[in-house]
Amino acid sequence: MSDSTSPQTPQWGMVVDLDRCTGCEACVVACHAENNIRISGEAEAAQGRAINWIRIERYWEGEYPNVSVKFMPVLCQHCANAPCEPVCPVYASYHTPDGLNAQVYNRCIGVRYCGNNCPYVARQFNWFDPHWDAPLQEQLNPDVTVRMNGIMEKCTFCVQRIRKTKEQAELDKRPVRDGEIQPACVQTCPTSALVFGNRRDPESQVSRMAKNDRGFKLLESLGTDPAVTYLKRLN
Amino acid sequence: MTTMQRSGWNEMATINRDLLAPLRHVGPTYLTVVCGLALIVVAGAATWVHQIETGIGQTNMHHPIFWSSYIASFVYWIGVSHSGTFISGVLRLTKAQWRRPVTRIAELMTIISVMIAALCVFFHLGRVWRWYYLLPYPSQRDIWPDFRSPLMWDATAIFTYATASTIYLYLPLIPDFALARDRVGGWRKPVYALLCLGWKGTQREWETLSTAIRIITPLIVMVMISVHSIVGWDFGMSLVPGWHTSIIAPYFVVGAVHSGLAMVAVGLYVVRRQGALDDYIRLEHFDKLGKLLVVTTLTLAYLYFADQLTVWYGKIPDEMAILHALVTGDYAVAFWSMILLIYVFPLALLTIPRFRTWPFGMMLLGIGINIGMYVERMLIIVPPLTHPRLTYVWSRYFPSWTELTILSGACALAVLLYLLASKFVPLISIWEEKEGRLHGSGG
Ligand code: SF4
Ligand code: SF4
Repeated sequence: MSDSTSPQTPQWGMVVDLDRCTGCEACVVACHAENNIRISGEAEAAQGRAINWIRIERYWEGEYPNVSVKFMPVLCQHCANAPCEPVCPVYASYHTPDGLNAQVYNRCIGVRYCGNNCPYVARQFNWFDPHWDAPLQEQLNPDVTVRMNGIMEKCTFCVQRIRKTKEQAELDKRPVRDGEIQPACVQTCPTSALVFGNRRDPESQVSRMAKNDRGFKLLESLGTDPAVTYLKRLN
Repeated sequence: MTTMQRSGWNEMATINRDLLAPLRHVGPTYLTVVCGLALIVVAGAATWVHQIETGIGQTNMHHPIFWSSYIASFVYWIGVSHSGTFISGVLRLTKAQWRRPVTRIAELMTIISVMIAALCVFFHLGRVWRWYYLLPYPSQRDIWPDFRSPLMWDATAIFTYATASTIYLYLPLIPDFALARDRVGGWRKPVYALLCLGWKGTQREWETLSTAIRIITPLIVMVMISVHSIVGWDFGMSLVPGWHTSIIAPYFVVGAVHSGLAMVAVGLYVVRRQGALDDYIRLEHFDKLGKLLVVTTLTLAYLYFADQLTVWYGKIPDEMAILHALVTGDYAVAFWSMILLIYVFPLALLTIPRFRTWPFGMMLLGIGINIGMYVERMLIIVPPLTHPRLTYVWSRYFPSWTELTILSGACALAVLLYLLASKFVPLISIWEEKEGRLHGSGG
């Protein structure tokens, strides 16, 4: 794969500003709608079977009564050195030249090793066949496949939007402009806590924000080299 | 000719009669047990079909516990399969005379438990109907399996082990199949005739056979060690706290031998009772097995202690969370039962010489060790998965009815296969037994 990576190939990345996140979960809903993620009922959710490609982790800081709640959106970090990739025995989990951690649904046989080996527990498994209560099945996104039971899935950085924009830019014979691609979660975030773009372009908004001294990577010491940078004021 | 040898020769007919008897006789108890087991197998199979139709959600696995009882069973059965190769391989290599009545019983266990282990992998797959993606077959898309994945090393190792141990069981069976061909007959005669490859018992045939056995024995011991190391590396190669440790391969190998030996103790007891074979499987055999079990208990305890001490002393929070869950947390009951069953009881009881020559006690202890080792397999897999580094997703797990039914079915299948095989294969190697009586140092 790496031989097709030229210096011009973008490397997609995201910045998550934790100081802006209000924990409203709009991104979670947008991601569900965009990516045909199955809807789990209350019972299934209670069993821990609800599928979310992006989740808002909630943490409490401080001692009562001076507590404050902190929110942290966690999605696949599209690690450059992804521990989920080499463990897959059938190449269902692989790295694209533009820095995405892709999941080939047709290839997945459901051994779930990748799920164990993702330190961010970002991977989701289809325990049953998907199901949408009427009329939700009317709003399935035709650009995205519906996954059957037995398959691993996870955030794709909305690869369908990336590909569409890239193809349009190729037709127009111009590079993809910064901010032209907006994954569903980014587009919907009311506080603009999420920003998406090309990490390889030093002028892009993600690159400039990632240089911020509030920046850090999740579980950085593991050496997974995530494409997502978090920003948080430490005081 | 000395008196001793003459009495040895006189025994030959008795040995033939005693050891071939189980092949001829099918009693009502046998049939009842076979039918009972078959019912459990059918229940398991039906549940499995249901799981395939509806999805792995029939288990209690959930995010982030992606592996659980099926993989634990896989590891457990692979462990039991080490009984055959260890007992028979190592004892053959060291020319231990007492191995003779034990080897076949153990080797048969090996084959059957490897098959059950493989089956557990199929229970586990999300889309089991696509299992052939694991095979390196030429396809139009040029995608091969990914040999970077420890699961592929695993598949390769298991396949090698299954093949090698089948050969290893089969070679010493050839002379016995020839004997059965001549003395059991009936509908089985042509099958035996085919399987014994026209064995006549010439000097050259015996020499070839013993050379073949001498070559394959060290090989199979090496394969055995590598196989369980690789099963350990399924865990050791991952980033999961609690799995990622270099001691896991030797620990798995010793653990496998521990449960394997314990299973042999159970097997010896049952075969002895059923076949009235007290003259062949003697108290001395239980005694020797007991001594070996003391060695594995101590080695395993040492490795386990070394591993946990390293965790405890290091105090890395990710790993401490798991240790706490085991020692005082959600899994404490399971953890302490395991410690009792696989370390404390064996050590306390087996160091009493009288206990080692009490077959019934040895059988009970064998069952206890196996239950303990099964729990241990679960404890290796589950607590690390329920305690990932991001504490927000912490969780718990206990197997569902679907899992329990399918796994009981698999267990029943193992026993059933063993019972069926016992009507076809002499469970004690007849020629090796005779060889021992004639030329060995008594037994
Ligand atoms: S976050 Fe997890 S699933 Fe995503 S690339 Fe990294 S290891 Fe793989
Ligand atoms: S980038 Fe797309 S797939 Fe990933 S979390 Fe956001 S909306 Fe979901």
